[in-house]
Amino acid sequence: MAACIQLVELSKNYAALRAVDRLSLEVNSGEIFGLVGPDGAGKTSVIRMITGVLEPSAGQITVLGENSLERIKSSLGYVPQKFSLYGDLTVWENIRLLGSLYGASPAQIETAATEILTFTNLLTFKDRLADNLSGGMKQKLALAAGLMHKPKIFFLDEPTTGVDPVSRREFWQMLYGLNKEGMTIFVSTPYMDEAELCSRIAFLHNGHLVACSSPAELKANYPYRLLELKSVGKDLRQHLACEEVHDINSFGDTYHLAVTQPEAAALAVRSALADAGVPILSLQEIPPTLEDVFVALAEEGDKT
Amino acid sequence: MTAETTGTLAVETLGLTKQFGAFTAVDAISLQIKPGSIYGFLGPNGSGKSTTIRMLCGILAPTAGSGKILGHDIIAESERIKASIGYMSQKFSLYDDLTVEENLNFYAGMYSLSGAAKQARIEVMLQMAGLEHRRRELTSNLSGGWKQRLALGCSILHNPRILFLDEPTGGVDPKSRRLFWDIIYNLAATGTTIMVTTHFMDEAEHCDEIGFIFEGRLIASGAPAYLKEAIPGVLLRLPDPDPMARLSALLQGPIPLLDAYVHGAGLHLLIRPEHVENFAGTDYTRITPSLEDVFVHYVKSRREEHTS
Repeated sequence: MAACIQLVELSKNYAALRAVDRLSLEVNSGEIFGLVGPDGAGKTSVIRMITGVLEPSAGQITVLGENSLERIKSSLGYVPQKFSLYGDLTVWENIRLLGSLYGASPAQIETAATEILTFTNLLTFKDRLADNLSGGMKQKLALAAGLMHKPKIFFLDEPTTGVDPVSRREFWQMLYGLNKEGMTIFVSTPYMDEAELCSRIAFLHNGHLVACSSPAELKANYPYRLLELKSVGKDLRQHLACEEVHDINSFGDTYHLAVTQPEAAALAVRSALADAGVPILSLQEIPPTLEDVFVALAEEGDKT
Repeated sequence: MTAETTGTLAVETLGLTKQFGAFTAVDAISLQIKPGSIYGFLGPNGSGKSTTIRMLCGILAPTAGSGKILGHDIIAESERIKASIGYMSQKFSLYDDLTVEENLNFYAGMYSLSGAAKQARIEVMLQMAGLEHRRRELTSNLSGGWKQRLALGCSILHNPRILFLDEPTGGVDPKSRRLFWDIIYNLAATGTTIMVTTHFMDEAEHCDEIGFIFEGRLIASGAPAYLKEAIPGVLLRLPDPDPMARLSALLQGPIPLLDAYVHGAGLHLLIRPEHVENFAGTDYTRITPSLEDVFVHYVKSRREEHTS
């Protein structure tokens, strides 16, 4: 697989703040590449630099073998974090405007717009003002707009933030469909279930690359064993704090306990909760999810 | 002050309705929230969640129906209610060009706090948000999770008895979300009633009670465990390294599926019990549904009613 994006020692400073710090990574053609990390890790700055919206402070960007973004920018599509289309134009008008900005002829625009709006299930809403679309549909419109010039690499910055679970799934089905047709996808997300769908993930923290590999490898490299606790009590932290338990995180209606020796830790937890009079519904070892990996990497990043 | 005695519902609405022109955003919603509980208000984008909350806060006048906060009418006694509620939305209006402490000071002034009480309260909020060491930093320098915790601090300076949170963790990373929910837990443990909307279904699992709203109507409500029991069929988890491809194949296959979707590195399949044997050769496990399954079930079944 050929690298279609290469970053070498890429940095971005905002006054005294170093938002991106000597970041080097490669993205292969045909990948769905995920960018994750805590808020303020530098994800948006990275996407903006690769797409040419933001000037790097230092380092090198090579996209599709070119160092000059000007020459390949027609091959890039970009959906920014904030909805940046015109609320007082209809769906169709927004798409047509975008098409003509990229220099397509009216006939080409007509064909491409119909195809893309059909693909994004927006054709029935084509005469609706963008302002009157729901959050999920706005994101689909932004996606449609980014696709009008048929990019080779598609950048999306947290495209599903504020989008409900059903719309989120539909959105990812679309990304997956585009990827199967050969498009490289570069996406940042705060949802770990979405990160799970990526070919590879880069974990960014304070502008540094902390880890970069496939979801399976990231989970295999998780530094702890994990106990899942189900209990009726809430706010059990005070009872669970003991030397056998390195970290306590609430996951939905369960707690995940990061431990090194599951048997010893389970004994300690059982006796601590028995003393506190809190009944245990279940306590068992489970494989880590990407959420667990995220929390562990974020804490590791905090220490360094 | 009989209305303030224990046993009074924290929030109660009866046929609460809001129309914008010909469009009915909230359609005769009746709900009840017990004091000290966490109530999760869930629904797709544009289903009327924010509109309902704005009516409860007295920001928006209902077209029909009524509502009470701690026994006080949301229309006739809206001024009185304001002192006992806090409201934080995803687009909370913090002042970017003020420091962390200046924002807290400003909101404390709005809530008429003064003197030592004000200073003490600000300190508590700084500590809660983990912002003691960043108090003199400009708010524009804070990233998502920090900003949300500061916004929360600003909205509970006056110790409200009911807190309305409208997508408080939108765009916030997993670690910050956990910190945020630890704070919510502590607030609920000390007796604050919380009504929260979220698109993160794992957060909804924390709630004592859930209300599902769809196209302005409350279509289901109850404790998470009750809602999970109410969905039909059997839920299977099928691990697969390429879940998207497996999903496409299954959707075109002969086995009827009530629902199927990618979940992490695998699929979740909702099927009728008699179809489980079709998966005998695979390494499936039977699982209890999560609230995400419940959410998707309700939304999809409503959409199908519309199209059939």
